Amino acid sequence: MRPILMKGHERPLTFLRYHRDGDLLFSCAKDDTPTLWYADNGERLGTYRGHNGAVWCCDVSRDSSRLITGSADQTAKLWDVKTGQQLFSFKFGAPARSVDFAVGDKLAVITTDPFMEHTSAIHVKRIAEDLEDQTDDSVLILQSPNGRKTINRAVWGPLNQTIVSGGEDAVIRIWDAETGKLLKETDEEVGHKKPIRSLCKSADDSHFLTGSRDKTAKACLWDMRTLTLIKTYTTGVPLNAVSMSSLLDHVVLGGGPDASEITTTEHRAGSFDAKFYDKILQEEFGSVKGHFGPINALAFNPDGRSFSSGGEDGYVRLHHFDADYFNIKI
Amino acid sequence: MTIDSQQQKTSKFRWGEMDEDDDHGLKTVIEYKFNDEGNKVKVTTKSRVRKLASARLNKRAMERRSWPKFGDAASDDSGSSLTMVSTEEILMERPRAPGAKDESKAAGDSLSQLSKGGAVLMVCRTCHKKGDHWTSKCPYKDLSAPADVFVDKPTTGETSTVSAAPGTGKASYVPPSMRAGADRSAGGSDMRRRNDENSICVTNLSEDTREPDLMELFHPFGAVTRVYVAIDQKTGMSRGFGFVNFVSREDAQ
Repeated sequence: MRPILMKGHERPLTFLRYHRDGDLLFSCAKDDTPTLWYADNGERLGTYRGHNGAVWCCDVSRDSSRLITGSADQTAKLWDVKTGQQLFSFKFGAPARSVDFAVGDKLAVITTDPFMEHTSAIHVKRIAEDLEDQTDDSVLILQSPNGRKTINRAVWGPLNQTIVSGGEDAVIRIWDAETGKLLKETDEEVGHKKPIRSLCKSADDSHFLTGSRDKTAKACLWDMRTLTLIKTYTTGVPLNAVSMSSLLDHVVLGGGPDASEITTTEHRAGSFDAKFYDKILQEEFGSVKGHFGPINALAFNPDGRSFSSGGEDGYVRLHHFDADYFNIKI
Repeated sequence: MTIDSQQQKTSKFRWGEMDEDDDHGLKTVIEYKFNDEGNKVKVTTKSRVRKLASARLNKRAMERRSWPKFGDAASDDSGSSLTMVSTEEILMERPRAPGAKDESKAAGDSLSQLSKGGAVLMVCRTCHKKGDHWTSKCPYKDLSAPADVFVDKPTTGETSTVSAAPGTGKASYVPPSMRAGADRSAGGSDMRRRNDENSICVTNLSEDTREPDLMELFHPFGAVTRVYVAIDQKTGMSRGFGFVNFVSREDAQ
């Protein structure tokens, strides 16, 4: 396949998200402009100007009209997708790390980092349909037991009944979304050993995939209601990003060594790759090279026919699969 | 909606124009024109049209395509250099079994099983990294290796028996007259004779494999005398196979 290279960001990519129909791609990077691209030819459509710091995460509403982004400038902003206009800004006392719309787009969960006197927390905010009614109030604030560790990702569980979070303390927690009570936690032997950098929900919300920086670099599938480990995928690199295909039973994992280890480990240009694993057999069946730096973001198109990867090198690479991808047999 | 990676000529039939599509998707357009000096000139244009992706867009997606650009993109024109198609073809590579090279495109387990073990008691003086052969058998002969190997060949016969190496005993001292290509011509003819036995057919190569790629790939297994990649003249791509000739037969194993 011939990947389409998109260099719209000056700084490393942090997150990629397709919207529901799969023809738009949102990219977030450590520069302060989240960007919107067409997902078929990679043409840039627009940028959302307004943030003052690295943008860590974004989510788009189901009708693709609203975008929410979380940034290190201690705000999470609501945007109009089509015009790029900023609609609302949620202010926090600490950098906002992860954002996720609830099913129905009436609520959003936003996590904040530990910062000065603040501990890491998960905020639930109401999203009003009418902008006039939009307030900054939190419906619920959940405090992590390990407050000095960043919560890297928090997402809504099935039917918005739960919130699932994972972070630098390598523990995945399930919270009740109404009361805020901690329902379940992973224990040490079964769970990850190192920080969890990414979390991806399945298309039907029945399971999710976490990618961690532990030496075995395993990505675990957890069944949401009961939090049982179903599968483990072992790679050779610490993982930064994971994604699941909604068309085939494939997962893609990407990562790379930490910046501090880069010079001591051998790497050739273009050698950071996204690894494809069979979701059920847990075996690697392919890898796609090309990035010049560790891969920080991965996203499968909802139609499963293409995927994009964002790297430390600031490039977004958009790949449309060849016909033989769909026929791969292990 | 299709995205074409190359120009497409219009297919209007005029006298002297021909459009041809061959199986690779190569389009050849032959035009007869008058150039600046008034001479009739035949212009042959070969182009390859490749569909990168087809977007099947629903109604809302079609509407989205006509959205005006905003933010920093407002000044983007269609010639924006932000987005470009990669010049390289990137394939999804199958994971390799341990012991084989990373970028190995070659079929044949014989290569992946090339053992560096065996009775490695002596380190070759010419290529200190490799320790599986005696100095006289060093494949990197041009690094001031002794040329007495060439002398050995007619006397000891087949060079495929590694165990014969310790027996020669000439590995220790090499007179200057016999070093560095003194007897190259004699050795050359010897080598040519055994070339067919030292040659490997390499299959399952990717389209853009060329001679230097194969050279680079097989060089660590031993000195390579000749590489050849079958090239399809029309498309300029490798036809998927090639040959590699090694200096000695044992390297080819």
